[in-house]
Order: sequence, then C-alpha cells, then structure tokens
Amino acid sequence: MSLTARDIAEITRLLEDSSFDELQLEIDGLKIHLRRSGAPVTAAEPVRAAAAAASPAPTATIAAPPAAVAVDPALVAVRAPLLGTFYRAPKPGAPPFVDVGASVEPDTIVGIIEVMKLMNTVRAGTSGVVREIRARDGTLVEYGETLLSIDPRVPG
Amino acid sequence: MSIRRILIANRGEIAARIARTCRELGIETVLAASEADRESLPARLVTRVVCIGPAHPSASYLQPGTLVQAALGTGCDALHPGYGFLSERADFARLCEQHGLIFIGPTSGQLAAAGDKLAARAVAQEVAVPLAPGGEVSSPDAARELAARIGTPLLVKAAGGGGGRGMKLVERAQDLDAALELAAAEAGAAFGDTRVYLERFVASARHVEVQVLGDGTGNVVHLGERDCSVQRRYQKIIEETPAPGLSAELCGQLHSAAMRFAARLKYRGAGTVEFLVDVRRNEFFFLEMNARIQVEHPVTEAVSGVDIVAAQIAIASGQGLRLARGESRREGCAIECRINAEDPARDFAPSPGLVKAVRWPQGEGIRVDTHVEAGTRVPPFYDSLLGKIITHGSDRAQALARLRAAVAMTRIEGVATNLALHADLLADPEFAAGGVDTAYLPRLLGRRASAAVRHG
Repeated sequence: MSLTARDIAEITRLLEDSSFDELQLEIDGLKIHLRRSGAPVTAAEPVRAAAAAASPAPTATIAAPPAAVAVDPALVAVRAPLLGTFYRAPKPGAPPFVDVGASVEPDTIVGIIEVMKLMNTVRAGTSGVVREIRARDGTLVEYGETLLSIDPRVPG
Repeated sequence: MSIRRILIANRGEIAARIARTCRELGIETVLAASEADRESLPARLVTRVVCIGPAHPSASYLQPGTLVQAALGTGCDALHPGYGFLSERADFARLCEQHGLIFIGPTSGQLAAAGDKLAARAVAQEVAVPLAPGGEVSSPDAARELAARIGTPLLVKAAGGGGGRGMKLVERAQDLDAALELAAAEAGAAFGDTRVYLERFVASARHVEVQVLGDGTGNVVHLGERDCSVQRRYQKIIEETPAPGLSAELCGQLHSAAMRFAARLKYRGAGTVEFLVDVRRNEFFFLEMNARIQVEHPVTEAVSGVDIVAAQIAIASGQGLRLARGESRREGCAIECRINAEDPARDFAPSPGLVKAVRWPQGEGIRVDTHVEAGTRVPPFYDSLLGKIITHGSDRAQALARLRAAVAMTRIEGVATNLALHADLLADPEFAAGGVDTAYLPRLLGRRASAAVRHG
C-alpha cells in the first residue's frame, strides 16, 4: 500500500490532537514514527521484511525527503516577521488564536510577537489548515524562525 | 556587578574583536546578526547567534527595541554596541538603562552631551579647551555677522552631525546664505535637528585624537594620542600612534585637554576626544568627542598594552579604572591600515561581492583584525571595511617597514580593495617622513590619477 501526503497529515493530526508525545504505526511493512515536542519529526523508515536477508525487501518507501512531515514541501511555513517573544494567545489564560487542525485564511491571526511591549500580530498569509505549531508560547523567536506550518492543499 | 553574558549588537571585524576578548574573560556572548551575517566569522566565535532581522540595517542593526529584546530574551546582562549603528544613540542607551541592561559605553546623558556638537562646544569652553572660532547661528543676519568675524573659508556644521556628516564649506561670504539653508535642510532630514553652527575652516591641520577611559565618577586616564590625518572626505584610512613630530609639550596639552573634557562629563567608558592641530602656529582646536570604541583603537592597544574592550567591560561592570593616571606604558610605535572593499580607481565606489580567496599577513609585530576569510560575502548594506592591519615596532621606521611588508603579503580576490593605494602611501617619502596633514591624501590621489593618465 502507499500513503498519500494527505494520509500522513491525517495521522499527524491524530497525534497532535492526542495527549501522547509519540506515535508508531506499522502498516504492511511500512513503519511511521512521529514525535512531537519540537524535535524534528523522524522519517517513515522502510522496514526490512522479516526473513528476507537475501532478496531486496519489497518495501513501501515514502518518497524523499526523509523527514516526512516536518519538511513536507507542500506545507507553508509561517515565519517570524521580526525577533521577539511569541505568544499563541491574545492574553495569558485565553484560548490560543489557532490550534493544530484549525482552518485559516491569509489574514487569520495566528500569534503575537512582542517587542518592547509592542504587540505585533502575525497572520497566516495563506489559506489552509494548521498542521504543526513549532514555536513555544512565551519564548524568544528569531527573525525568520518557523512558527507554524500550514497545509494549503486542504481548503481552509 | 559582574557581567556573565554580553549581547554583541554589531557585525564585522568589531563583532569578532569583542567576541575574542569576551572569550578570554570567560564571558558568554550572543551575536545579534542580520540575515546576511548568520554565517559570518563572528557567528562562529560566539556562544549563540540570534537573527534580529533582514540584511538592511534599518530593519536589523538599527532597531533599538529588537536588540534590547534579543538581549533580554537570551539572558544577557550587558550589551556591547561596537561602533557605528546605534553605538552613540542616547535613546538606545536609555532603553538599555530602562530595562536593567548594562550598556557597555557612556550613560545616555553623556551620549546626548557628546552627540550635540553645540553642547559639546559649551563643555569644551567651560574647561578651557580651545575651540575654533565660531558658534551657533539662529538667523541669517546673525550668521553674516559671525561669518564676518570668523572670516572665510568657514564651515557650516550640523549640531546633530559629526564625523564630517552635515558639513558645508563656504569659501566666499556671498555663498553663506545658500549654504546655511542647505545645511539646515540636510541636517533636519538626516538628524531630525535643523540647528547649525559656523566654525572657521582650518585648511592645513592634522587630525589628532586622544583615547580616554573614565570610570563614571570623574576619574579619567588617557592612553595617548593617535594621528589620523590620512583621510579622504573625513574617512580615515591610516592611523598611528604616537603622532609623529609633535612636541612633547603640545602632546601634553592635548592629553590634558581631553582629560579635562571627559572629567567634566564624569565620562564612563572608553571615548576619544578629537582635535585639529595646526603645527605651524602651535595651536589646536577641539573637534568633537566620539563616545564609543573606535575603529583605530588597536594602535593604542599595541603601544599601551591595554585591551580597550576589556577595559570597557571592567568599567561597565563597576570595577572602575585598572590604571591610575599616568600609569599606562607607551612602548614603540604602531600604525594601522584600513583595508576596504572599495575601488580607488572608480572614485572609491564600494565593491561588494564574494571574497574568493584571501591571505592575511602574519609575522612579528603584525596584528590583523578582520571578519573576512575565503568565501565571505561582502554585503552591499554595510560599511566596506574588510579588515585592519596593524603593525607595532620599537620605532616608527620599524613599524612602517613591517606594515609595508604586511600589506605586500596581503591578497584579497573577488572584490576590489584599496590595498594598492596603501602600498603606494606607505612607500611615499612624504608619508614616511611623518607628520602629513589632512590635505595630504587628496594631493596624493591627484598625483596617482595624473600618473595613471600618463602611463595609460
């Protein structure tokens, strides 16, 4: 069997929406290992068929690049337009502007970057669905750092 | 309080210079780098790099809030502004002060006093430091009256300017009105301050400056003078110490004047008081105070043995002056060449690009301060300084011989440089004799141009 990028995105969302940090999935010799908490998500690696040392294993390989989800070329990174402290919510305790799975439009606010008490809103810049939130709430983000990624193929 | 981690709010050779001293002192460093400088040599000398914005300095190195935020967000307790960019901006120092961040430099009040050229003239007057005849003018009538007293040629200068910026030369009295109007308009646009003043133009003079260190409570020491007379359009390209051929008496007067000026401000940190020296008339005039570390500081370090960046950090962390008055040693002579990515044959047009290969000189008495290595990209957004070659010798002849050899050894491929000009300068008998004035370099460039035409 083969998985489409969309399937991977769905599986990722399963993990994001759960309370778990890692997910390992094996389907027909294809193993997918996903991990959250900022560490780059590892690739789906081909698994050798159990007793097939001699012949090349009939593996279903997910196309390069190896780090499947994190660098899915179709995902659009929302980058920090300036250095500052990133906030996911308009104020402490309030629900975040967006969560994984949220549909966004180009002008949807996805976060705030504070520079010297000046709040700068960050907008999605594209329409789609939020797939990953990389920047941690209340931490310093550098100029150009990826804050979150959006899948533009899914209608927002 | 002791300083544990410093944000370097600068780039290029001075960022590398600051990082090296911090490493020796066991202080951690965070480099605030623009997108163009993330992979630069200074970025490899620091503990951590943060990207503060795009390459253009107005969106990165000139953003006070971003730099302070970067320092606070990375746990720095101090910030070193280097030279240029925000280093002499009182509002930037104030922002640091307000956020409990140690600004490695003078107080915001001292920056304001040194940066306002009229206020600085007033301070000089209070402590009997000689000023070129002149003063503020508030109306065209007053200007004409003052101009008549000063005589021509004279300069119209911007109160908010400095380092040659915001200056107009008036050679005939009838040109005064137009120059005033133009200068005020330019000063308003460049510095947000339309105040201008007149000053006598000293055509043949030497540019001599005195390095001072102050502890912030009125104690000041000097580390001797530097002669920076080899300049073109107020851009220095060779500096040396001691100033050749100046009498010990005149030098003593310059040192004393600089110390009086700095003491009056209760100056904190490293600073330089600049003078114009008219050797024939044995007189000198206060020019301005540069309230920061200067590009040419290594010549002073070579003869005094003082690490000026370390001294700045010590003062900023409240350790005061490590040297008492008159204690600094002065051994031998030191000369510095500024190697710039600019093309003297094309009116010194900046020459950004990729440095394909580079060989910096090595040897006894040679120091090179640079951020440039093979593969370094010289972006078009910043100044064109590639590096500085400094030589030290037991006397001027030895320092000069070493510098000639060092410049001859240097190769930089991929960008145009002023290396050949330096080779000519150092070989020129007039420079070798010592004591040239600020008209010397333009004259030498004229000679080179006509020689090129003859040979071309």
